[in-house]
Amino acid sequence: MTPMWYIVLSAILFSVGAVGVLIRRNAIVLFMCIELMLNAANLALVTFSRINGTLDGQIMAFFVMVVAAAEVVIGLAIIMLIFRTRRSASVDDANLLKY
Amino acid sequence: MLSNLWLLFAIPAASATILLLSGKRALKWGPWLGVIAPAISFVLGLIMFFQLRDLNPRVTEQNLWSFIPVGDLQVSFGLMFDPLTAVFVLLITGVGSLIHLYAVGYMAHDERRVTFFGYFNLFITAMLLLVLGNNYVMLYLGWEGVGLASYLLISFWYTRPSAATAGKKAFIMNRVGDAGFILAIFLMFAYLNTVNYGQVFERVGSLSANTMLILGLLLLLGACGKSGQFPLQAWLPDAMEGPTPVSALIHAATMVTAGVYVIARSNPVFSANTTLQLIVVSVGTITLLLGCIIGCAKDDIKRVLAWSTVSQIGYMFLGVGLGGGAYALAIIHLLAHGFFKANMFLGAGSVMHGMKDQVDIRRFGALSKYMKITWLTFMMGWLAIIGIPPLSGYFTKEPIIAAAFERGDWTSWLFGWAALLGALLTAFYMTRLFVLTFHGPKRWTEGQHPHESPPVMWIPLVFLAIGSVVAGYLMHTSVVDWLNPVFAGVENVPEYEPVMPHWLISVLGVAFAVLGAGLAWAIFGRGTALEPEPAGVVVTAARNNLYTDAFNEVVFEKPGRWLTRALVYVDNKGVDGVVNGLAALVGGGSGRMRRLQTGFVRSYALSMLLGGVLVLGALLAVRLG
Repeated sequence: MTPMWYIVLSAILFSVGAVGVLIRRNAIVLFMCIELMLNAANLALVTFSRINGTLDGQIMAFFVMVVAAAEVVIGLAIIMLIFRTRRSASVDDANLLKY
Repeated sequence: MLSNLWLLFAIPAASATILLLSGKRALKWGPWLGVIAPAISFVLGLIMFFQLRDLNPRVTEQNLWSFIPVGDLQVSFGLMFDPLTAVFVLLITGVGSLIHLYAVGYMAHDERRVTFFGYFNLFITAMLLLVLGNNYVMLYLGWEGVGLASYLLISFWYTRPSAATAGKKAFIMNRVGDAGFILAIFLMFAYLNTVNYGQVFERVGSLSANTMLILGLLLLLGACGKSGQFPLQAWLPDAMEGPTPVSALIHAATMVTAGVYVIARSNPVFSANTTLQLIVVSVGTITLLLGCIIGCAKDDIKRVLAWSTVSQIGYMFLGVGLGGGAYALAIIHLLAHGFFKANMFLGAGSVMHGMKDQVDIRRFGALSKYMKITWLTFMMGWLAIIGIPPLSGYFTKEPIIAAAFERGDWTSWLFGWAALLGALLTAFYMTRLFVLTFHGPKRWTEGQHPHESPPVMWIPLVFLAIGSVVAGYLMHTSVVDWLNPVFAGVENVPEYEPVMPHWLISVLGVAFAVLGAGLAWAIFGRGTALEPEPAGVVVTAARNNLYTDAFNEVVFEKPGRWLTRALVYVDNKGVDGVVNGLAALVGGGSGRMRRLQTGFVRSYALSMLLGGVLVLGALLAVRLG
């Protein structure tokens, strides 16, 4: 089992997440896709840490988790508010901030 | 008293300030304050005149404060009182006070009369500054001051478009002259490093002939502008749109003679260059003939007098141009003219007062029966200006004509006979004016009831008439001697024998005057047609001011207007085009760029992804390539 496969998995997960962000409209799904991308990045970090034999990558992964947790709190709050005012969780409906 | 020269102009200045600031509150006492201020100045001037007589040498100077201290240029607020200044001060304040008094009656029903007297006092202040200064900058200060006062007073009745236009015309044509004058001051500073009269005249000998000529021509341009001389004469007759006392004080007796004062004051400059003198003499001669010819064809009583003023100042320019002893002759003619022309202008105002502001001499006639005092005083002015002995015009104009015959070469004949012809024409048009106004049949419009003016108006007329009668002999004898020390530096000019004996010139002068007067009386004694009659080429040209206005319009005004239009086009299309184009480019471009902000989160995410891919691709390309 070479670490290479973990990198591949990480890339696949990231791509799935990215495509999800681009094509889905539901804000919750969008959010989960972002989480997927973050975790793909975490997986890559941990794998690189393993390959290089240092702990830097793993520490970085913890940072990402903390930031992701904080981000989820704020993001979900925003989504809640948008949903309350518009009765919809579609990101395309919240399009007033434009030219 | 002589140590307090500043009082002379400070009193009218204070009065002008009070009058202009108090407005309607001063309706009762304002005009009288306006009369008293120049009268006090006149009394002071008289005291100073007598004190000056006891001085030796007869000149006093004082520098009140440093006016413009900039590096090498040190201009002081300096005053000077010498015989030339003294006679000017007495003329300005003396004749000025009488005209102020007359204006109390003439302007009695005008609701802006306080403002009027404020401007009038302002004028007296500026004119006194003009003659009292001891350097050219002070002269220029007064020069611009009288220009301003003249503008304000010409367009005093500014609701009349003709008055507003005349004021602007006067101001603009004066600016042409003023530009010349200020260039002359710059030239003095550049070449002589001073603008003080005394120092300029000391150092002027060091200038090259050409520089001197240019300096003189620039001064002459200024003088021509202010004095209404050819080619800048067109504004003066239009200036008659102002109230009649203004015409009398500013545009006949005092301000327009400022040009003569400048040339007389700058006599060392003008005497030192014969080309310059020839030009001054030519300007004077052309103007005096031009004024006479146009004066013969005009029907507006004030315009005839205005053209007559132009022509009489032409005589004065002729005098100062001749140089030598003729400087003093020009000044005494100026003084005499101040009396008789102010007298006639005020007489014309009195006639207008009695005839409901009618100014057309074809519509007068037989007024001698109704306005006895105006008639008699006007007659004194008329006899004085045409040069009948022993009135003042004879004693002051005849010597100038005689001096014109003494130039020593063939030009004597030219200028001498031109001056004599001028005397003939003067007699003709003044007699025409006098006869059509006061004699012959009545040609009034309906509903006229002519009456004599109130005493406040005819008392000044009587004083001025007495001046017109007696001043001539007095000035011919004593004032010439009084003035000559001012022109002392020019005593050693060569004296030429006149080409004709003096008695013959005198006889010819009087004969021409009588001939002109008789001719006019014969033609106009029985009245005249009420409408302009078809006339020959000369008369038509004279009615149109010899086409000088048309010439100005074609040569200066039209090209100027085209130039402005072209500049406006270039500005609108060219300069504004570039600026507006740039702004439109940025505005339009950003308007389109703005469309990228769609408001859809997913499109932003896509652009972020694409950006990330781009950066990554670039990194890989660099790493692998």
